[in-house]
Amino acid sequence: METPVRCGLNRRMTQLILYNVFNGLIIGAFYALMALGLSLILNLSGVINFAHGGFLAIGAYIAYTLMPHIGFWGALVVAPFLTALIGIAVERFLIRRLYGRDPLYSLLLTFGLAFIFEDGTRYIYGPQTLPFAVPDWLNQPLSSQYFFLTGYRLFMVVLVVAVVIGLFFILNRTRLGMRIRAGTGDLETVSVLGVNVRVLRSLNFGLGIFLAGLAGVLAAGMLGLQPTIGSTLIMPSFVAIIIGGLGSLPGTLLGGLLIGVASGITGVFLPSASEAVIYVMMALVLLVRPQGLLGEEGRTQ
Amino acid sequence: MKGLYNKRTGDVLIWLLLLTMPYWVGWVGGYTSLGTRVLVLGLAAMSLNFLLGFTGVLSFGHAAYFGLGAYGAGMTIKYLVPSTPVGILVGVLVGTVAAGVVGALIVRLRGVYFAMVTIAFGQVFYFIAFRWNSVTGGDDGLSGWKRLPINLGFHTVDILNNDKAFYFMVLACFAVAVGIMAALLRSPFGRTLLAIRENERRARFLGIPIERHIWLSWVISCLFVSLSGALYALLNNFSDPHNLHWSQSGDFVIMAVLGGMRSFWGPLIGAAIFVVLQDYLSSMTDNWQSFIGLFFVLVVLFFPRGVLGIIKRKVTQ
Repeated sequence: METPVRCGLNRRMTQLILYNVFNGLIIGAFYALMALGLSLILNLSGVINFAHGGFLAIGAYIAYTLMPHIGFWGALVVAPFLTALIGIAVERFLIRRLYGRDPLYSLLLTFGLAFIFEDGTRYIYGPQTLPFAVPDWLNQPLSSQYFFLTGYRLFMVVLVVAVVIGLFFILNRTRLGMRIRAGTGDLETVSVLGVNVRVLRSLNFGLGIFLAGLAGVLAAGMLGLQPTIGSTLIMPSFVAIIIGGLGSLPGTLLGGLLIGVASGITGVFLPSASEAVIYVMMALVLLVRPQGLLGEEGRTQ
Repeated sequence: MKGLYNKRTGDVLIWLLLLTMPYWVGWVGGYTSLGTRVLVLGLAAMSLNFLLGFTGVLSFGHAAYFGLGAYGAGMTIKYLVPSTPVGILVGVLVGTVAAGVVGALIVRLRGVYFAMVTIAFGQVFYFIAFRWNSVTGGDDGLSGWKRLPINLGFHTVDILNNDKAFYFMVLACFAVAVGIMAALLRSPFGRTLLAIRENERRARFLGIPIERHIWLSWVISCLFVSLSGALYALLNNFSDPHNLHWSQSGDFVIMAVLGGMRSFWGPLIGAAIFVVLQDYLSSMTDNWQSFIGLFFVLVVLFFPRGVLGIIKRKVTQ
């Protein structure tokens, strides 16, 4: 009598944990997309872009506005580019003036922008959650046993993987990417070697914002649209950067996935701690390795 | 000699204005509790500036300790001891201890990284207050308690119903805190902090234990921020999880910058401008958040030295 019951229980437990691990991976992929963009900008320009969450929301709402005209796929492709263009404009007209000044000022500026973006989207689209329809065939569960594995979620994971591979390809194999990496190490030397550092920073900023816009479209498909969609995702992205390692993009990626899975698993056993756990992880990492898991020594000073 | 004279008159003028605030604030369209709010938030901004302007360390997470002070005071009065001074003491203690622990983890970081870690750590306390519904009231905040009259033995000060009495109690706390900070800044310890701000590497070569000094400066700054948080909770008879949120930290930083980071009184002036502006905007429009955001952008672009910074520059020219 007892064994089948326990078997069932075990199976349900496994299913629950698997579900949460998978969910955590997806959330972690979001964090990673956000955090990679933040990290790119932070490493090259020394700017903590507080408005990153705002850009994510802008990407999502642009996609929402465009979707009736060009469909889901069109919006998925176009919206991140438009967001990146807005980002480049913001960099050109506002943030560029603050390079070379105390990082405090760019932090305050983007902080103000975050307020404006969040309130602006609320003003235009209203505070309610708007539905964001993804194609029906993507919403089918792939297997009845693992009901949570819908096509959309799998698609998101695949897309994020593809984008991350693309990003690392750009950084490692193209001229632009090499310049970004070189600039991260020593911007002055790169400038002396004849690279236009202003353009480089603009493009790098645009690249970071592109990732935020893409994350926005994907998040909208899963969570629906809300003006606060970005500000809930930005804090964990900071944690992802700190855990993964300051100045290291692979570290940021690892950090994002780690905290996603950790908060997913914690959610099974202690739901109310699922947010706090990532900060505990951060404290532990700082205690043992202040520069982060894959961080380089010396960047923190 | 002239500079010294100016500074002295400035100090006297500010203390005179503060001492008489309840009597003139009505004429300029304010009310006593608005004046109290300026004083409390001004103390928070000045405490932050102890670290920001005088040690050169960028913290963007001071709201955490402000909020801990607020919750410490509120929860003590609500659950433990119905006494205002005990509430304040516990609030300050909780905030300071938390700052001591967090500070030990982060003193090795610098610049933007320090800022980022302080922001992130601040959120832990926010989530605790937000999630621990049964004790902290969660999203609704901690209500159902009031500040209590202070019994001095020979006389009871009714700070609950008498706005002016409460103002002067806050002013007394403010004076003590500000006096200690000013004395510290004038001491060899304070001079060392300035040296660290100006050139950390040189200070290190001179054999100054940088990490210990930054940790101390951080803890002192957080101590006074928790004091102002406790006072803020008493002012509102309420602790709000928003007090712990990172957007509150941003408000403190903008107050310091707006008034002038390099001057002792600057943050108080910044707080006055900010509080009045926020009060005005939120009564005028639902979209005050956008205007506050715009205000941040404008201050950074056109006003980075702050009010006192500009005045000082004019005077020296």
